Amino acid sequence: MKKKELEEEEKSGKYIRRRMIISFAVFFVFIGTLIIGWHWLNTRDTDNGALGPLRKVLDVNEKVNNVFFSSNHLVKEYPKDKAVKHVRANGDIGMGDYFDASRWKLTVTRHPESTSPDSVLYLKIEEIEALPRTEITFDFKCIEGWSQITNWAGVRFSDFLIHYHLGTHSGKAPDPNHPEDMYKYVGLMTPDSAYYVGVDMKSIMHPQTILAYEMNDSILPMEHGYPLRLIIPIKYGVKHIKRIAYMYFSDTRPKDYWFERGYDYDAAL
Amino acid sequence: MVSPGKRKIIKKHPLVIRWAHWVNFPVLGVMIYSGIMIYWANDIYRIGWGDKTVLKFFPDSFYSALNLDGRLSDGMALHFFFMWLFFVNGFIYVLYTIISGEWRLLLPNRKSFKEAWQVLLHDLHIRKYEPPHIKYNAAQRIAYSAIIVMGFGSLITGLSIYKPTQFGWLCAILGGYEWARVEHFALTIGYVVFFLIHIIQVIITGWNNFQAMVTGFEIKKAKPIPMEEPAPVEEKPATTQA
Repeated sequence: MKKKELEEEEKSGKYIRRRMIISFAVFFVFIGTLIIGWHWLNTRDTDNGALGPLRKVLDVNEKVNNVFFSSNHLVKEYPKDKAVKHVRANGDIGMGDYFDASRWKLTVTRHPESTSPDSVLYLKIEEIEALPRTEITFDFKCIEGWSQITNWAGVRFSDFLIHYHLGTHSGKAPDPNHPEDMYKYVGLMTPDSAYYVGVDMKSIMHPQTILAYEMNDSILPMEHGYPLRLIIPIKYGVKHIKRIAYMYFSDTRPKDYWFERGYDYDAAL
Repeated sequence: MVSPGKRKIIKKHPLVIRWAHWVNFPVLGVMIYSGIMIYWANDIYRIGWGDKTVLKFFPDSFYSALNLDGRLSDGMALHFFFMWLFFVNGFIYVLYTIISGEWRLLLPNRKSFKEAWQVLLHDLHIRKYEPPHIKYNAAQRIAYSAIIVMGFGSLITGLSIYKPTQFGWLCAILGGYEWARVEHFALTIGYVVFFLIHIIQVIITGWNNFQAMVTGFEIKKAKPIPMEEPAPVEEKPATTQA
């Protein structure tokens, strides 16, 4: 289609006036709709800290991400010497004023709503350290917008679940060929239950997700979540929960601290 | 010749373009508004050198005056809602511009970059006449095409900070995560600068031009009877502006 000139037409003054009135009427209705729409949006009930319609779209975005995106994508890794020495410690919620390391243990509940005593597993840090060690140096990204190349080491979360036969309905070791047997989410909590996150199983089984007990080749510092924290490079920092004391599995979303405060549940990168 | 009782109208802006223009205005507004809420959480950009800061983005008083501080989650929720509208509206505009052939009146051509200077000199009242044009003058062709490219830039820089792992390749092309964030921010400042100049130009150009973005047509001014020598052919006075 060629279009190199503007079309000109002869019209009566009456026609021009009518067209202008109609156009401007539509224009003002449009402006009115915007004002009413904005007011409507801002007066909706909040759902976990986000305005209802916005929360719905955040959940839709998560679904869109799950359809189009693959958890096989790996986060870029860096040479170890690129890792910063002064690692930023951003959050201290759930860290408590006083921490008695001698009393710490990881409490794992195999199945939700199970009352049988052998359904709960108690692990000491030495038992976790005895599992195969994995190291990662990556660009840690905070939801606030900053990032930092950091180095961590621990056990790959998938190795941990396979070793202890966790995360499945059947009680067998999780098998990527049988995703239906796996619980959909893992819940993690600090000793005082003040900070808690929920993570989808696909992200937990990601090869770069680790339960870390070391940072820069040293034992995890107190402010970085001694003795055990989550390092999950495909999520924002808010999901990298420090000082994990409780682990459980669920087919529904476990409660999540920042989700309740208006952020999206996924926090995926 | 115009028949008695009749006036000539020039069909300037097609309906789709008018809708896309006016939908984009509030949508981009919300994107910038929510974008500042997100930026606030790590507001590290400034203009300056060494310890000297000429301009900080942004002073604390700016955030508090507009109630933009401490609202990272609000900002993210709004941003990731309105991004869809920004994308769909922009997509419709570009698709329509291509299919309808409007792009011929929009994209800069061979003469545009040379003529844009003449337009600038004209707008600054240094030069009396501006080069002849159809819908948009050379400066407008460049500015209005650039704003579309900027929109596309916001989309890809935004995607690469929203999902830097999934779009790892895109993030790498843009110079990495932190550079993509800088570029996303700089484009936003670009919109604000564009907006200010655009508003001033629209006000200067006047009602007939402005109302065409609502009605779609401009009313052709009756040709003044030449009082003196007509201007040289290549320096005809412009009929339509902005």
